[in-house]
Amino acid sequence: MLEIRGLTASIGEKPILKGIDLVVPDGEVHAIMGPNGSGKSTLGYVLSGRDDYTVTGGSVTFNGIDLLDMEPEARAAAGVFLAFQAPIELPGVNNANFLRTALNAIRRAHGESELDAIQFLKLARAETKRLAMPDDMLKRNVNVGFSGGEKKRNEVLQMALLRPKLAILDETDSGLDIDALKIVADGVNALRSPTFSALVVTHHQRLLDHLVPNRVHVLAHGRIIRSGGPELAKELEKSGYADVLAAAA
Amino acid sequence: MSATAEILDSVQSGYKWGFETDIEMDLAPKGLNEDIIRLISSRKDEPAWMLEYRLKAFTAWKQMAEPEWARVTHPPIDYQDLHYYAAPKKKAGPKSLDEVDPELLKMYEKLGIPLKERAILAGVEPDPNERPQIAVDAVFDSVSVATTFRETLSKVGVIFCPISEAVRDHPDLVKQYLGSVVPVADNYFSALNAAVFTDGSFVYIPKGVRCPMELSTYFRINARNTGQFERTLIIAEAGAHVSYLEGCTAPQRDENQLHAAVVELIAMDDATIKYSTVQNWYPGDADGKGGIYNFVTKRGACRGERSKISWTQVETGSAITWKYPSCVLIGEDSVGEFYSVAVTTNHQQADTGTKMIHIGKGSRSTIVSKGISAGRSNNTYRGLVRILPSAAGARNHTQCDSLLIGDECGAHTVPYIESRNPSAKVEHEATTSKIAEDQLFYCRQRGLSEEDAVNLIVNGFCKEVLKELPMEFAVEAQKLLAVSLEGSVG
Repeated sequence: MLEIRGLTASIGEKPILKGIDLVVPDGEVHAIMGPNGSGKSTLGYVLSGRDDYTVTGGSVTFNGIDLLDMEPEARAAAGVFLAFQAPIELPGVNNANFLRTALNAIRRAHGESELDAIQFLKLARAETKRLAMPDDMLKRNVNVGFSGGEKKRNEVLQMALLRPKLAILDETDSGLDIDALKIVADGVNALRSPTFSALVVTHHQRLLDHLVPNRVHVLAHGRIIRSGGPELAKELEKSGYADVLAAAA
Repeated sequence: MSATAEILDSVQSGYKWGFETDIEMDLAPKGLNEDIIRLISSRKDEPAWMLEYRLKAFTAWKQMAEPEWARVTHPPIDYQDLHYYAAPKKKAGPKSLDEVDPELLKMYEKLGIPLKERAILAGVEPDPNERPQIAVDAVFDSVSVATTFRETLSKVGVIFCPISEAVRDHPDLVKQYLGSVVPVADNYFSALNAAVFTDGSFVYIPKGVRCPMELSTYFRINARNTGQFERTLIIAEAGAHVSYLEGCTAPQRDENQLHAAVVELIAMDDATIKYSTVQNWYPGDADGKGGIYNFVTKRGACRGERSKISWTQVETGSAITWKYPSCVLIGEDSVGEFYSVAVTTNHQQADTGTKMIHIGKGSRSTIVSKGISAGRSNNTYRGLVRILPSAAGARNHTQCDSLLIGDECGAHTVPYIESRNPSAKVEHEATTSKIAEDQLFYCRQRGLSEEDAVNLIVNGFCKEVLKELPMEFAVEAQKLLAVSLEGSVG
């Protein structure tokens, strides 16, 4: 279970998160919606431990452990996965090698044996097949020369292989056609289990048609101003944020 | 030094090859003069012509001055304060492995250098899955202590021996080619080398022969206050093919040590020489104390049509590197290549690059240089592409990429391009980048430690060069990059 209490964070002097309270129980998928610049991406970065952000108050625990105290790689080992809004390119780094290094780092942290290249490729090929991705995705350099859609699908592939306990998807659906959107949704749905939870940051109801959330939260000006069931997303899709913002003001 | 102290020491410094071997040495007195040169020549049983060559070089050297154009600084070198000859006592020169001092064999074992030829039993086919066999010439301070697989090689006519032995046994070849690519007075350090060179490898591949195994030389500087003056000469006759590797390490010492080598390559019609270096001389400590001055002249002449010389280097060691492996492309349609990774950390300085001299019609050259700077180091690429009027249709492509780690280091690119034939095509690309925070974070978010993330990014950056190395060396080189950059981020 993810428990966020009174979380405040800033970039430099500028406060971005101004007191977030959010609980995501195990097995649930929560959607985070909200206007641009409301702090949605910042929340993902702060949860995963990016340096550029300073946590100025509050707490975050994940399955009882204090996340804020941990290095990014330790959080990853604890099961936190962030699907980046703009996945990063690593020139010259083969995707399969990157994924195997990451998977083995996490397996090591759990005291599990590392996978050799052959074991890994077998696993990775099964996942690419299941996600209807071309095999050559594994051979190419990480995100280099990938189209926007390919980059997002590569994030889903990484998530599928690393099997996180908490997945944070930062607008993974934006810029995707309907088929790719389904792949992303299927990717998350396939991981759904009583020990998996997800925070899905999105602008669009259409992702939530395929990936039905347990709860929907509206983030604005660094605070969650409204929470509700899946019907809240439909309401926002119809009438925009204006009414919600006005009601909260 | 006790084993524990040794381990502790190597962990603290990050340089794992810094141990010293305790062995009784035959050491020339310090200083450089004609008597010392005569002593070197007589220790090596050289013919008179070789001594004359050395003395002429010494005369030339005395009138020359150290070059000052490189972007490196160091206190003046006192050439009279060095030993110019150091050899393990007992019989000097190469001999069968059984006679090699067990202390030396132990040292090479520790360094991971295979000096044992595996016996191939009669009627038993070698296992194709085993690691490929590599012939090794091991040079310890001023002498070659062992050269392996000589018999196997001589069956196909390949000569692979210490150069001091070639001077005695193959004088015609040595006389014909020594100094023919790098003339004695080419530069200050080449003149010094010609006067006092001690050992290195000699390779001769006869016409049409593909050398059946990789050849390699492993250089080790052990003695204190001693300069190592390596001399290597490789000749590939028409249609011959050879891949040669060199590696180097030295003990950790507080004082600077001088390594001034000259390497000459000659490729005739359709011949190919591939020369790979993994240079890992002691780089000095974190404060810039100690380390090797690596002042090296390497040059290959593509004399024949369609001949090809390819230099690949991974430079992680040395306090100062001053080195420009070059190709003189004389033959029509000859090809020169230079692939380089140069890593500098702490206070290391590297001024390295290449020269491609296009003389022959249709000659082509490729330069790929990857400079990685961390700490307070300075890393300069200096390269010359010269197209002479005769080189119609010549082509060059140069790519120089620099990667900075931290903000106290420097990367500099100094390309010189001179084209005197209008039909020639010369391209130059250069990039400088920093390991981006978002790249590091991306990797760490996936579970990689910061150091693993840096390794991955650096290895990706160097991939085009590393893939040019023979397989086993490429793995070693990757490990070396990782060790060299340990602790450079954070």
